[in-house]
Amino acid sequence: MKSLAELKAIKDRMRDKIVIREGANDTRVVVGMATCGIAAGARPVLNAFVEAVNNEGLYEKVTVSQTGCIGFCQLEPIVEVFEPGKEKVTYIKMTPEKVSEVVEKHLKGGKVVTEYTVASAN
Amino acid sequence: MKELSLNILDITENSLKAGATLVTVLIEESESLMKISIEDDGVGMTGEVLSSVENPFYTTRKTRKVGMGIPLFRFAAEQTGGDLKISSRHIDEFPDAHGTLVCATFNKAHIDFTPLGDVISTVVTLIQGHPDRDFLFIHKSERGTVTLDTRELRSVLEEIPLDAFEVLSWIRENLTEQYESIKQI
Repeated sequence: MKSLAELKAIKDRMRDKIVIREGANDTRVVVGMATCGIAAGARPVLNAFVEAVNNEGLYEKVTVSQTGCIGFCQLEPIVEVFEPGKEKVTYIKMTPEKVSEVVEKHLKGGKVVTEYTVASAN
Repeated sequence: MKELSLNILDITENSLKAGATLVTVLIEESESLMKISIEDDGVGMTGEVLSSVENPFYTTRKTRKVGMGIPLFRFAAEQTGGDLKISSRHIDEFPDAHGTLVCATFNKAHIDFTPLGDVISTVVTLIQGHPDRDFLFIHKSERGTVTLDTRELRSVLEEIPLDAFEVLSWIRENLTEQYESIKQI
């Protein structure tokens, strides 16, 4: 069983890491988690981002957070990516599969996956 | 919603927006019934607001004028012959004991019963999005009880945030193992 002793061991391991991390994040991934987003499948999309950002070692550079209704309910799940000095990128109709691609190409490679963005919906 | 666990996630967001510091999600199951209660210590609602929250055209949100959270949860309960009740105490009237309780009852044997689904992901998602709040999760059934109390985790973790990836993974695995030990997953 995952015990509290194990949780304490995690704490001890993380103490050093936290200092480096503070203020170091510069990219924000924001997932819409209002009723519309949740019903459309935002929960697995959010969890896929949290997992991929950690697994790809991007946690010092990228934070994943949740927000309310972004305003295009029919295009949910919607994910916004904010990078300093760049224009906001809005991804629509996201799935956990698309998340892997966005993490790989955009967050790691710096190249926006244009076919999943809101601009491609027009 | 495809799973009741998604309704739980959605309704709990209302509690967090109401400034709750602690949200208790209690699931109680018997052979035939499932009762889901979401209780918070947020600002609560006045009688006037309380009477309008079940109207889908009432919402606190600014981007769109329709709020479907409570109506969807109510519909999921009523389509099984169950019901949904809300009680609330507004902070102005009850400065020391304010908050809201949403309680939905479902007949599990009804053909239109929505499965509970991945409630572990709901708990992890709530903590990931709101690491500064506390959650008490309790799922009681005839097989046993699964619980998670972030206040207990916080006292072990001290300054380490609840939304650290390693901590979220520990929470997911701990809940999975608890469900496996009562053979209900």
